[in-house]
Amino acid sequence: MALRTLFTKKALTRASGLGPLGAAAGDRGLGSGLGQARGLTAASLPDLPYDYGALEPAISGEIMRLHHQRHHQAYVTNYNNALEQLEAAVAKGDAPAVVRLQGAIKFNGGGHINHSIFWNNLKPEGGGEPPHSALGWAIDTDFGSLEALVQKMNAEGAALQGSGWVWLALDKGSKKLSVETTANQDPLVTKGLHMVPLLGIDVWEHAYYLQYKNVRPDYLKNIWDVINWKYASEVYEKETA
Amino acid sequence: MQHHTLSCCGGVRPSLPPPPLSFRWSKIKREGGRRLPRCARIAAQLELKPPPYSLSSLEPHMSRETLEYHWGRHHRAHVASLNNLIAGTDLDGMGLDEIVVVSYNKGNPLPLFVHAAQVWNHDFFWQSIKPGGGGRPSGRLMELIERDFGSFDRMLEEFKRAALTQFGSGWAWLVYKANRLDVGNAVNPCPSEKGNKLVVLKSPNAVNPIVWDYSPLLAIDVWEHAYYLDYENRRADYVSIFLEKLVSWEVVSDRLDVAIERAAERAREDETRRQEDDAAVTHSEAVEMYLDSDTDDSEAE
Repeated sequence: MALRTLFTKKALTRASGLGPLGAAAGDRGLGSGLGQARGLTAASLPDLPYDYGALEPAISGEIMRLHHQRHHQAYVTNYNNALEQLEAAVAKGDAPAVVRLQGAIKFNGGGHINHSIFWNNLKPEGGGEPPHSALGWAIDTDFGSLEALVQKMNAEGAALQGSGWVWLALDKGSKKLSVETTANQDPLVTKGLHMVPLLGIDVWEHAYYLQYKNVRPDYLKNIWDVINWKYASEVYEKETA
Repeated sequence: MQHHTLSCCGGVRPSLPPPPLSFRWSKIKREGGRRLPRCARIAAQLELKPPPYSLSSLEPHMSRETLEYHWGRHHRAHVASLNNLIAGTDLDGMGLDEIVVVSYNKGNPLPLFVHAAQVWNHDFFWQSIKPGGGGRPSGRLMELIERDFGSFDRMLEEFKRAALTQFGSGWAWLVYKANRLDVGNAVNPCPSEKGNKLVVLKSPNAVNPIVWDYSPLLAIDVWEHAYYLDYENRRADYVSIFLEKLVSWEVVSDRLDVAIERAAERAREDETRRQEDDAAVTHSEAVEMYLDSDTDDSEAE
């Protein structure tokens, strides 16, 4: 039953690109808690590794609180509901129901995956320490300079219509870095099975509206002060080992 | 909805939508929206129309702050971008409806589509609501709602569900469906008034049902910027308040009247065209449908 293994905690951790960090953060990470008795392990809301107000002034405490407690929690709740319904539909052999649920699973599961990565992508004063060694060299090779990378991500993030994410992606096959965007809550893997997210920036309006209103470019400019390059480097080194 | 820079009065929105599109898009496709020489630029600028009420009059259901940003920043920016992108091109001088459909480009939208459509959508949205709105519709609108949804409450449920399941940014709509298959020469062979009905739709980002030849009657903006300042993530509360306290059923009703009249007119035009075609065939002397041939190439050979 391939479906069952797909939703075990380990598989989720791998899919989210958290790797060893995900396992280390497993106590507060994905899949702990509910539903161990069921075939499909339920997701749960991971804790933030910092206080809500710790990312100010780049991102306000109010936004962090709502983003984590309301939006991410809703994705987790709805994802679990959809999984429950999926399990029942699969057991009954109800193919129309299985297909109908895919939208909710992709959307809410994607939201859970993406935001779990995002909280690890941020760190109080994280941006003060630019990427060194392997990731630093890769950025220079593939983009010319860190500034060029930042500019590209900001441009693509600002140009994204509607809701979505902008990513610094690593292609595991070619070992090349690229900037990608995904719509709505589509995870990076929808852009390519070999794509691993090193950094993701949420450009849904809920990620910045209360503070920056319609001026998404200002949010993008300021978020680099709190980007966790240490995390990105660790994922990069693990995936290119 | 547009005025030349020489005149200073705003255009009056016509009561009937413009006649069927002449589809100059093939010309635009050929010419690629090229810029005309400077001396020939028309500069027919679309304007940011204010809502028909003050920015604070929808409180507490939709705050003044929301209107200031939503209308004053988002909507305004789309108008400016649109004007910038159409200036000096073939789209300059067209009506907004036509710009939207042409730039939608049959599902492969041009970059200016988001601006054209969002200008259209927001104009439509502000007019769909009013201070002291809500209540229930009456007359023909209510009859059709009951006919097509079973009851007013069922229609509201469906509308709410569309608004809440539009993942990401977008809009939910109540539309009058009287569209025709207009693919090449494939015309609906048996059009009937019975096929026309009210439908609830949702659309992503800036997409607008006029690109599918529907007649929109009501829209709710479910981009987060439409409700975040007042409701945070609680989209369901926003949608409920919109329906209970803001929607102007009078405007929806007027739009329905226009849509029904338009559908009837197009049906009449189709009928006339069909009769003319039949007459042409009957009178044609060149028609020889089954040619008798002296040579026998039948399979029986």
